[in-house]
Amino acid sequence: MQDVTAQIVACIPNLRRYARGLTGNREAADDLVQDTLERAWSRIALWQRRGDLRAWLFSILHNLFIDRVRSKRASPEEPMGEEEISAPVRATQTDMLEVRDLDRALLRLPPDQREVLLLVAVEQMTYEQVGAALGVPLGTVMSRLSRARERLRAILEGRETVSRLKVVK
Amino acid sequence: MSDSSKIPVTEADLHAYADGQLSEMRRLQVEAYLASRPEEQARVKAWMTDNQNLRAILDPVLHEPIPVRMPLSPGRAILPWRQIAMAASIAFISAGAGWMTRGALDQPESQRVAGTAAAPQAAIATGFARRAAVAHVVYSPDMRRPVEVGAEQEDQLVAWLSKRLGAPVKPPYLGRVGYDLIGGRLLPGGQGPVAQFMYHDPNGQRLTLYVTREAAPTGDTAFRFAQEGPVSVFYWVDDKFGYAISAGVDRNELHRVAQEVYRQLAPG
Repeated sequence: MQDVTAQIVACIPNLRRYARGLTGNREAADDLVQDTLERAWSRIALWQRRGDLRAWLFSILHNLFIDRVRSKRASPEEPMGEEEISAPVRATQTDMLEVRDLDRALLRLPPDQREVLLLVAVEQMTYEQVGAALGVPLGTVMSRLSRARERLRAILEGRETVSRLKVVK
Repeated sequence: MSDSSKIPVTEADLHAYADGQLSEMRRLQVEAYLASRPEEQARVKAWMTDNQNLRAILDPVLHEPIPVRMPLSPGRAILPWRQIAMAASIAFISAGAGWMTRGALDQPESQRVAGTAAAPQAAIATGFARRAAVAHVVYSPDMRRPVEVGAEQEDQLVAWLSKRLGAPVKPPYLGRVGYDLIGGRLLPGGQGPVAQFMYHDPNGQRLTLYVTREAAPTGDTAFRFAQEGPVSVFYWVDDKFGYAISAGVDRNELHRVAQEVYRQLAPG
């Protein structure tokens, strides 16, 4: 038990990094991680050392994240990815500018694509581990990854406009 | 190269190449494939740059201190209300007196009745152990105000609680077993005031020591152990006080701490 406790605590920095990438917002990310941990502790007996602990924690976070995305969609307010409309970029170097753009472009990816890209690129999970964490087959992981990268490039290379934001529901 | 060199390079291979997820042999094949296709190569390079930049943006999060609100162990994550309901409705099951200080054969009546030769001995915890566990569950998850008087005012805390309980009480020093005093509070017991001291370890794991004058001296000071859900309780009675030490840790860890508490508080 002590052992598992320590392993879970050791995953917290990674869970926070992943949640930050998903939400682009410190508070929202930590809410997500806190809820993930609370759910994990309350279900620790159910886990019973089956499978990969890290994948289990990421799958809990994934479920909570998707719940939030759905409830946000259900509410009439703001479209997803409103963040990038304003915020003039003040970076002085080209490198900084690109990184800053990437940050905002990431938030414009559909949530399921953002998840896969972050798990692969940042958490550096194997495609199989990503599938386990998200509960989808390998083929789905690959197609989401491919679409995520295509979309991200299109946004960064200016091939995609923000017209989507003007759509009135 | 072997037969696999004839397997056509797929889009999935290009992604796996960018992500470093190919076998060495396949990696070399994809590299050879890309060498003659500058457009594809540029595309893959851009993905690799994106990977690097995403890590550059997000890696600093790894080095931030973990916020205080993150529950670092099972004990602090449980919803208090659910725990109270459980604690109130389910009898504590003692796993048997693990460590007798005096008279190992001198078992309490309840254990002799409930225990059988084959099964582990079971006993209903006395009232104050249950109240101690509930108090632990109520106050230990509280991040903002876990105690009424903090450890920085220990003298005042000791004077106040001793006065209210009508006998000198003092929080034991548990630094040697890895726990530091957070502070204490006064609580209502069955008939009058009781004291609760709270400690934590460097990981934020909290334990509470409940001190009451309402436990009837039984003439023996045996350690008893009770467990309910994630909360473990060791409790005992000496000639003045009943003590219960509670935490969301396993029995061995709590036993280690309970022994130290007992050693410091034992009369004479």
